This record gives sequence, structure tokens and C-alpha cells, in this order.
Amino acid sequence: MACIIATMYLTKEQEAMLDGEHGSIIARMMRLLVRLGDIYNAEKMIKVASVQVAGVSYKSIGDPGLEFLQDIAKEARVRVLTFLNPAGMDLEKWKEMGIDESFAKKQLAIIEAFRKMCIIISATCTPYLAGNLPHYKQHIAWSESSAVSFANSVIGARTNREGGPSALAAAITGFTPYYGLHLDENRQPDYVIEVKTELKHNSDFAAMGYYIGKAIKNKIPYFKGIKEADTDQLKALGAAAAASGAVALYHVDGITPESDKVGIDGLEKIEFGKDELKETYEMLNNGEEPDIVIFGCPHASIAEIFKIAKILEGRKAKRPFWIVTSRATKEMARKIGLEEAIEKAGGKIYADTCMVVSPIENLFKTTGVNSAKAAHYLPGFCKQKVVFNNMEALLK
Amino acid sequence: MKARTIYPGKVKGVALVSREPIGFYGGIDMKTGIVIEKGHPLEGKSVKGKILVFPYGKGSTVGSYVIYGLKKNGVAPLAIINKETETIVATGVILAAIPCVDGVDIEKIKDGNIVEIDAGEKEAEVKIE
Repeated sequence: MACIIATMYLTKEQEAMLDGEHGSIIARMMRLLVRLGDIYNAEKMIKVASVQVAGVSYKSIGDPGLEFLQDIAKEARVRVLTFLNPAGMDLEKWKEMGIDESFAKKQLAIIEAFRKMCIIISATCTPYLAGNLPHYKQHIAWSESSAVSFANSVIGARTNREGGPSALAAAITGFTPYYGLHLDENRQPDYVIEVKTELKHNSDFAAMGYYIGKAIKNKIPYFKGIKEADTDQLKALGAAAAASGAVALYHVDGITPESDKVGIDGLEKIEFGKDELKETYEMLNNGEEPDIVIFGCPHASIAEIFKIAKILEGRKAKRPFWIVTSRATKEMARKIGLEEAIEKAGGKIYADTCMVVSPIENLFKTTGVNSAKAAHYLPGFCKQKVVFNNMEALLK
Repeated sequence: MKARTIYPGKVKGVALVSREPIGFYGGIDMKTGIVIEKGHPLEGKSVKGKILVFPYGKGSTVGSYVIYGLKKNGVAPLAIINKETETIVATGVILAAIPCVDGVDIEKIKDGNIVEIDAGEKEAEVKIE
């Protein structure tokens, strides 16, 4: 890394970190943050309340990532509450999932490096459902584009779209540069989205998010005309818009906390109606008959697992299905009898992982999903044909 | 053309231009450097040794690791030119030590152009031959 001189204001403590007084790893992490801060004209660093670290699956980060993390783990420990994104396999039931031994070994080495850094092995993309829940206006440094979107939009916390390593740097130093979405003035919407069709299924919300993300890329949308939406639907919307574009924050009139604090006068309008919804479903479908259906992108909430059990109620599903979720949610599902109901219906619940970051290309050719984010990643990253539809249609 | 330095360096190479954003995670194969995103204008092309030109990054925040991995695997682009570099790409190029500049009118760069980048600590110069 090139030698740098910070132009932003640093406290004595931060300077000491940068100068290597706390070791070479912390200095390296601080250099990354200072460089980012200088690029984006941050005036200073701010403390973060929590961190979400992405880049956990061996499939995603490979040997270069593993070595990078092992290097950091030799010396550095996190200073704030830090949660972890999903891994490439269920950390307990990986054999049953069909994961091969060599992959598992590398994956467990990655987890071990994170454990050494004192990171909570939550292995979920929905930290806000598993115990890492920021409050309104709290400054955090999260990676995982869907969690960033949820935290900014639904909760009103403040985070930029951190990359895996910059989030890790924030966890280890406790700081992040003060720029971008940490500042109120950068949270104003750029477009008004006029929603002219009824959105019933979670997949409808996902399809709309996908369409809008593709259209507005890294800008901020303000949705009008959504009468109601539950948190699972908002999670699906945000995840899709973050995957097809780089949307890190959206507002929904009357639903998200900043929607009545921002201005929408004079903004360009985009209509989302029946035709756009249909068009997006068609765009996301390129398969015929799924070998497997996988729910839980982002990770399924207990409410979604309950809904799936309810749809099936005593019946077998039309085809085999998986639900992927956090360990915390899976344990709850087990304790209250939901896991048993799912298994009786022909399904399985796997924790710690998902269909995108696990090597499912070795197991299946066509996957059914109700997630537009998963539909976006599966063809390229998992060589899958995709059937994108709503939960009921995929199960019955 | 004047530009802002994201990561310094002086390089000259052939431009590979995408008018669409690039999502490195799931978009580019870390082992081969080949663009794998279905329907992407650069699908099937290799970024290795190229001056990769695109408006900005999109998609997963794991993209930084992919950029770092491309470098470790010897298949990274020689340099990156953006209209606007966001955090994911910036983090990746800083860790991987790949010269990168932004604030450039990338419409002026055509696929196959020979491009020279001279990026100092803060300011940079981009020349098209």
C-alpha cells in the first residue's frame, strides 16, 4: 500500500493506530479507512455501533480471501459488535447438504479466522433478525448489500455500502469515515416511483425492487402508492434493488421512517405498473421445471417459515425444497415444531448459508426461487436455470 | 483528461469498455478474470491486463474481495477507470494495489483505445492515444 498522509481530521487515538502503535494489522486497516475517507472527502472518522462483515463463503472469496483473513486474525480483534454474513455451507449439516470435504475444510478455516477476531459467528445476511439491531440514526458500518438497504431504509440507521474488507477495518478500529449516507443531506431521494399495481406476494415486491434497481442504478428511490408492506416484503424489495443496481437506501411513503422528512418536489417520476411487473417476471425466468426450490434470500424470517408450513399444512410439496436461514431462526423453528412440519412436507431447513454462496451447481441444474436477488445471481454464479415465482406457485 | 486518484500508479494499456455498471461478485470469475454475468455487454471477455472502463460498481459488497482475488490470481485488470468509483471498488483496488481513477468522462474512451494513466497521490491524468 502506498504511503499516505491523511487530509481528514484524526484524533490522537486514530493517529496512533495509523502510525502502527497498535501493530501493523491495525495500521493497515486504518490506512484503508483513511484512504477511503480522503477519497470521499470525509472531514473526520466517527465511531460505529456495529458491523456486518460480508465475504465469508469460500466460494466467494477463495484462497486469496482466506489468506487475507488469516493474516488479520494473527493480530487483530474486533472492538465493536460484529456479525458475519452467510458461509458456503451449513456449518453443522454440510455433509448432508452434499458439500465435499475439501470445500468444507477451507470454509471452516475461514470461520476459524473470524472466530479468532472475536466476531459473532451469526452467518446470516439478516443480522437485524438475529440480534444485531441498530436504532434509528445510529452510525454503523455494514456490508452485505441487502442488510445495508434494510438498515438504512427500514430502520433509518446510517451506513454506507461497505465492502467486506472496509467493514472488517471498521470492526477492528471501531471507526468509519464520515461521508456518504452518514450525512442527512445525502439521504434525499432522486426519483419518485409511482406504484400503479397491487403488490401481493413477496416476489412482487422483489420484482419491483429489481426493476427499479436496474433503472436507477445507484440512486435513491421514493416509492409512492404502496398501501402496506410487511418487513419480509421490504427485505425482498431492498435486496433486489441492491443486486440489480446499487441502491443502498429507499423510502416508502408512510412506511419507512425518513419518508416524511425528505422532499420529493420536482423529482423525476418512474411508473411501475402491471406491465412492468409482468415484464420483470419474464426477465427473471429462464428455466422450466425446477430440480429444487430454495427460499430464504435474504435469509427467511420465522414468519416466512411459518407461512410456508401453513401453505403446505399436512401436504407434501410438489417438489423438494430448502429453506435457508440464520442459525438463530432455525433453532427457533426447531424448538416450536416448525422444522418438523417442514420436513414432513418434503422440505429441509439449512442454516448459516444460502443458495447463492453454497456450491449448489454440483447438485442442481434448475432452481426455483421467490427472490429476485437469488434469480439475479444464480445463472452467473451457480450456473442455474431459474424459475422465479411466488411462494404458493412454487410449492403447490 | 484530468481525474481523481482512487489508487495511484502509472500504466498504459488497451481499454476494455463497458457502458453498463459491473458487479464483480458473481459478475467476474476470480480464477480466470472472465466476465460471467449473463447478458452483460462484456460477457465472455477477460479483464486480465486491460484498462477496465465502466461507469461504477453495482451489486454485492463482496466485490472488493473479488478484485483482491483477481490480483492474487494474476488475472486482474491493469487499471480501472470509472465515472464514479463507489466504496466496493475503491476498497478492492486499495487492497489489491490496482491503479484506479474516477471523475472521467468515460464516453470519450472507446473499446480498444490505448489509454495511459498517470495517477499521483490525489490527482491523475488520463490520455487516449
